[in-house]
Amino acid sequence: MIEAQGLTKRYGATVAVDNLSFEVKPGKVTGFLGPNGAGKSTTMRMILGLDTPTSGDVRIDGKRYRDLRQPLTEIGALLDAKWVHPNRSARAHLSWMAASNKLPKANVDRVLEMVGLTEVANKRAGAYSLGMSQRLGIAGALLGDPRILLFDEPVNGLDPEGIVWIRTFMQRLAAEGRTVLVSSHLLSEMALTAEELIVIGRGRLIAQSSTAEFVDRASGSTIRVRSPQLDQFDTLLQQQQLITRVEQADDHTKVLYVDGNVTTDQVGELAASQQIVLHELTLQRGSLEQAFMQMTGDSVQYHAQDGAQAVPGVPPVSAAEMAAGPQEDN
Amino acid sequence: MSLINVERIKLFSTRSPWWCMIIAAALSIGLAALATGLASGADEARVTPAMSQFGVNLGQMVIMVMAALAVTTEYRFGTIRTSFQAVPQRVALLLNKTVVVAGLAALVGLVASFGSWAVGYLLAGTADMAIDTSAEWRLIGGQALVYGIAAIFAVAVGILIRQSAGAIAILILWPLLVESLLPLIPRIGDDLQKWSPFTNANQFINGGQDMGLAGAEAAGANTGLSPWWALAYFAAWGVALLVIALFTASKRDA
Repeated sequence: MIEAQGLTKRYGATVAVDNLSFEVKPGKVTGFLGPNGAGKSTTMRMILGLDTPTSGDVRIDGKRYRDLRQPLTEIGALLDAKWVHPNRSARAHLSWMAASNKLPKANVDRVLEMVGLTEVANKRAGAYSLGMSQRLGIAGALLGDPRILLFDEPVNGLDPEGIVWIRTFMQRLAAEGRTVLVSSHLLSEMALTAEELIVIGRGRLIAQSSTAEFVDRASGSTIRVRSPQLDQFDTLLQQQQLITRVEQADDHTKVLYVDGNVTTDQVGELAASQQIVLHELTLQRGSLEQAFMQMTGDSVQYHAQDGAQAVPGVPPVSAAEMAAGPQEDN
Repeated sequence: MSLINVERIKLFSTRSPWWCMIIAAALSIGLAALATGLASGADEARVTPAMSQFGVNLGQMVIMVMAALAVTTEYRFGTIRTSFQAVPQRVALLLNKTVVVAGLAALVGLVASFGSWAVGYLLAGTADMAIDTSAEWRLIGGQALVYGIAAIFAVAVGILIRQSAGAIAILILWPLLVESLLPLIPRIGDDLQKWSPFTNANQFINGGQDMGLAGAEAAGANTGLSPWWALAYFAAWGVALLVIALFTASKRDA
């Protein structure tokens, strides 16, 4: 269990993390979500005792990181796969890490085997591809067989094969009953891997809930209805105090959208009670991206200008694209 | 003990420390060969053990580079964060690094000084190269101590500066240029030089030595301290700098 209480980090006038409190529950994959520059990496560095909080604190199973005697046996982390000396072999890198926590040499071979690097273990780490470096980083995180794992943007820049590998690997770790905290700005990725979400924007906590709950609460759901008696049904729905809007789908068809707290069951029964023919009745769930944009709104650090004012010839970048884009500042 | 092991694995699993150690010893011994081997005839008899040690100073620069790199490459490649993550007791970790690096530097110092002396012994056959006075033992055996303390300096500067180029520039310019240019400052210059660390390290090695053919001025500035006090003064600088560096590293964000 990781508990943060009023965690704050200031760099001069800039507030990177602002009074952040959350807890990471044991035995689950928790997604740490936020746009670039939201303070995810800074928070993770504070969890690991690398950066000192300006105020507040963060504890691992009730202890400060600096008080841990063999930290690798309690919490493993991969913050940056490039934190390896390029001229040192993977085996040597893991060997010094193992020695630092008095771990048996057999652990090195075990984690190399787990991540599939045994064959190239004696090659210099500088020659590894990004995917291999990422695997080495994960091997380092698993070296002490810790119950808690921290990954910062683990799928960043990986090819599809690497992404699937990491995703499956993390689910396997959680299935073994480990606590996993994984940060990402890729919301779709989090929807696939994380059960719980901690969402931050501009260093502040925006939400902490289960992934499904977050999407539900943030974006609500919309029911899409097509009917030959559309106007009649629209009036009927409005009589029920429901919010509706009618849109022209194409030249021939109009579509009715029902927003708010109502199920498809209720809408269907209402239509049946007045013998209204329906051609379509579908529930449209908001995506995580939509939910995220709605909730973080003004928390995205650098808003792109709207298309109209953009530089001629340069396609405008929307805030949504920025939030879902592949780069993360470190 | 496990932290000593950590730093030993780190140091010997890359190539540059090996190169630095080989170059340091080779430079020392190579210069000794020139300083003692090129003297001929009557000059050869005037070669002294002290003359075989000029190159050992140069080797010391290379060892300081190695010691600084042992820290700055960790910052350069981010492994310092992996290190602090594995061992959050930063002072203990860096202290063990210092012990390993300084110990190794002392070992290289021993090889460089005795190697240089041996070359002189072989090349200047007619000279009295025997190590038979306590001053001569201090000259040859003491280099190991100076190498070790110089390595502590370099580790401390590396921790404070964190960048290879900056740290190396300081470590080379300070002993070679800054301390020797100090006397140019009017009135206080000579005193400043007397109290600078590397001049005192030199006093420990060369104070009261017979410079022979090279002439008395080759011994460098006399700081007025007795050799062993001069060494203690040099060591105090190294330790003070290390304390500041360790304090800084434990407070600073990694």
